[in-house]
Amino acid sequence: MENLERILSEHPFLEGMSQKHIELLVGCASNVVFKAGEFIFREGEPADNFYFIRHGRVLVETHVPQKGPIVIRSRAEGEIFGWSWMVPPYKWHFDARATELTRAITLDGKCLRTKCEEDHDLGYEIMKRFALVIAERLEATRLQLMDIYGNGLKK
Amino acid sequence: MASKSEKLIEVVSDDPMLARPFTIRRVIKESHDTFSMELEKPSGRKDFNFLPGQFNMLYVYGIGEVPISISGDPTMPRTLVHTTRAVGTVTKAMWNLKVGESIGVRGPYGTAWPAAESEGSDVVLITGGIGLAPLRPVIYYLLANRGKYGKIVLLYGARTPEDILYVKQLEKWRARFDLEIHLTVDRATGAWHGNVGVVTQLIKRSPFDPLNCVAMVCGPEVMMRFTVMELEKRGVTEDRIYISMERNMKCGIGLCGHCQLGSSFVCKDGPVYRFTDIKDKFTKREM
Repeated sequence: MENLERILSEHPFLEGMSQKHIELLVGCASNVVFKAGEFIFREGEPADNFYFIRHGRVLVETHVPQKGPIVIRSRAEGEIFGWSWMVPPYKWHFDARATELTRAITLDGKCLRTKCEEDHDLGYEIMKRFALVIAERLEATRLQLMDIYGNGLKK
Repeated sequence: MASKSEKLIEVVSDDPMLARPFTIRRVIKESHDTFSMELEKPSGRKDFNFLPGQFNMLYVYGIGEVPISISGDPTMPRTLVHTTRAVGTVTKAMWNLKVGESIGVRGPYGTAWPAAESEGSDVVLITGGIGLAPLRPVIYYLLANRGKYGKIVLLYGARTPEDILYVKQLEKWRARFDLEIHLTVDRATGAWHGNVGVVTQLIKRSPFDPLNCVAMVCGPEVMMRFTVMELEKRGVTEDRIYISMERNMKCGIGLCGHCQLGSSFVCKDGPVYRFTDIKDKFTKREM
């Protein structure tokens, strides 16, 4: 637990969070390891976790019939992924797959939702941090949709 | 004393609007629509010296002329290299040229990346799409003078894995321990195991010192706008950010006005600008 507390308190996502709240998070945290190629979650399954990647790489993808998987985003060391745990109906919208041996800390979403309801200061802290993540990903998705590297001026 | 005809030749050869014929020595297909041409100077001419970031006007005889950045090694000025995407009339005609044929060249024109001025600092090069081509000369330069710089980091975003330029060279550079390269693509299938997402997302976790770095950015303007924002979030000040602009350049010497950007001419005052010098114009939609 002490190790988990240290790792979480040093993670950029939780920078500036009070010790009391870190300790509450640690109560919902555990270490996980995924083999290369292993699915961490699949679209439509209950979204009851989110992840802090410690080593490795995870692809967030969707499966398109007759085309196969299309990768939407990758996540690597030092990043988090998975925010469906905080938005009803708490189902994953995409698949997540480790492309290499990946070590992560996972937080139990159900446990965390309960703690956030009990301690609104914690809930607000978590919400602020996830709002930034969601905004950043929305912006990145818009840039991807612009297809900015397509053909430029006709010369 | 020179004869009248010799004087005439001298005057003509000094004409910045006169393209000189270079011979195509090698064509390298970089991707499905992008290629590099190695050009050889006309016999007897001196080396083609240029600064990283400068461009030439390339003339496909009978078709037209386009500004193309020099993408070769400034420390090896005997060979002139340009990387081009075949998108329009002139560049598609260029794509069809064969080894041994001629192409007109005039230049070099424009401003350069602040390579020498960046000594002692980390250098972060951020690029997207074909924007890697104008940055490649500065990478050659930095590596040729490696001891004078701190960390050198290249962040490169491409549309898909198939659109990545200079694949073999990137692999060689990646094998070095003194140059850090991070690639990402906007779209990928399951066969790609690298980063997926826009290049701006790489800035956040990139290992350079924001308080002692120079950032050189080249790519589509939208990408550069978001890149500047991310660099500022990391703490890089605007005076340490340089961008390369693209406009419809025709004369290359600030006469025709096609590339005018407010009071500035991109061909002459750019294409490389310190961000603070162009900030006001950069964000104006009318420009």
